[in-house]
Amino acid sequence: MKAFVALLTRDIRLAFRAGGGASLAAAFFALVSSLVPFGVGADLVLLGRIAGGILWVSAALAALLSLDRLFQADFEDGSLDVLALSPLNLEAASAAKILAHWITTGLPLVLLSPVLGLLLNLPTRAYGALIASLAIGTPALSGVGAIGAALTLSVRRGGLILALIVLPLITPALIFGASAVLDAMEDTGRGAFLFLAAFSVAAVALSPFASAAGVRLNVGG
Amino acid sequence: MAILSLVEVENLTCERAGRRVFRNLNFAVASGQVMTLEGANGAGKSSALRIIAGLLPQASGDVRLKMAAGYAVSDGDERARLTGWMGHTDGVKAQLTVEENALFFAALYGARINVAGVLDHVGLKRIAGIPSQYLSAGQRRRLGLARLILSNRPLWLLDEPLSSLDAAGRRLAAELIGEHCDDGGIAIVATHETLGLDAARFFLGPQ
Repeated sequence: MKAFVALLTRDIRLAFRAGGGASLAAAFFALVSSLVPFGVGADLVLLGRIAGGILWVSAALAALLSLDRLFQADFEDGSLDVLALSPLNLEAASAAKILAHWITTGLPLVLLSPVLGLLLNLPTRAYGALIASLAIGTPALSGVGAIGAALTLSVRRGGLILALIVLPLITPALIFGASAVLDAMEDTGRGAFLFLAAFSVAAVALSPFASAAGVRLNVGG
Repeated sequence: MAILSLVEVENLTCERAGRRVFRNLNFAVASGQVMTLEGANGAGKSSALRIIAGLLPQASGDVRLKMAAGYAVSDGDERARLTGWMGHTDGVKAQLTVEENALFFAALYGARINVAGVLDHVGLKRIAGIPSQYLSAGQRRRLGLARLILSNRPLWLLDEPLSSLDAAGRRLAAELIGEHCDDGGIAIVATHETLGLDAARFFLGPQ
């Protein structure tokens, strides 16, 4: 447990140091979602309707941004060997890294989303659903992303392959997340939100095992 | 520290990328002994160490760690828990200070050793507060030595531990290995240089 906390705090600390992805993801999220109105025009009704979708797509892209270094940085400087030989098993180490990624990437997106919702004229009654769906859904982005990051950790410039692996896999979160926001706007039930929660629980529960297997494959390769 | 009585390597064969690196490797190192692993570039010194550590699966053969308590460990994951490791890379995070790195190692291994004392011992106390990215290669190596001490493991597997170290650093490394073995530990060292220690030598020849 002490080793788990040590790795978690180390990764969080690294994310806020130079070259870490913490503020980068939040800035990217804000930038992409505020670019959309320039593309589709300042039709407030239209923007309000698609705001949930825009924010969810931006969140998925922003979460991807810092994922390629999740295991790769540790692989390159030898930390991954140290972790593989530590008392912490690789599953627990992966879980700590996924949690750290969510705290430094997913959580800032959740906190920032209401401000960007305002910018995109999101109807008042949908704010709760937007925040709740991102809070429930972003752990799935970190979890599924970690699997891709573990698989591609020894690939040079693996970030592009990572995006190709991860984006299709997180499509369900995107669909249900954006639908959950729409549901709240049109008062059409909570089905999408529940599906999002189910997807997220499954992804988060499986991801430490799958990423540990990916790390093992690459460390022993 | 758990006490090992013997490391036994039997008919060990290693293949990487479909190419046989070495085959039928046999040696044993007993408690308190240092063994140097020597051989030409590409002879498989690093691969042998990675296999013994449990980081790399072998093509065939066995690695057994016999414990002083009487039982033997042959599973790779269990060997990993008994191994103190120093590879080509030092596992040092460039963005963290020397002290933060050392504290992380201590917490990771649950070490009950005074971290400041260990840093002093390896000659890094004066620069404990600076980010590790400003360390020279030799200083990073010294931080790797600090990690070895903090890991408190009975079997040390060291891959070119003397590289980049200055004369004092080399003496320090040899001294630490000597102390470790005096405490009943075992060290297997891949190196091209002489350690200045009473060590058994094993040559990895070309196949």
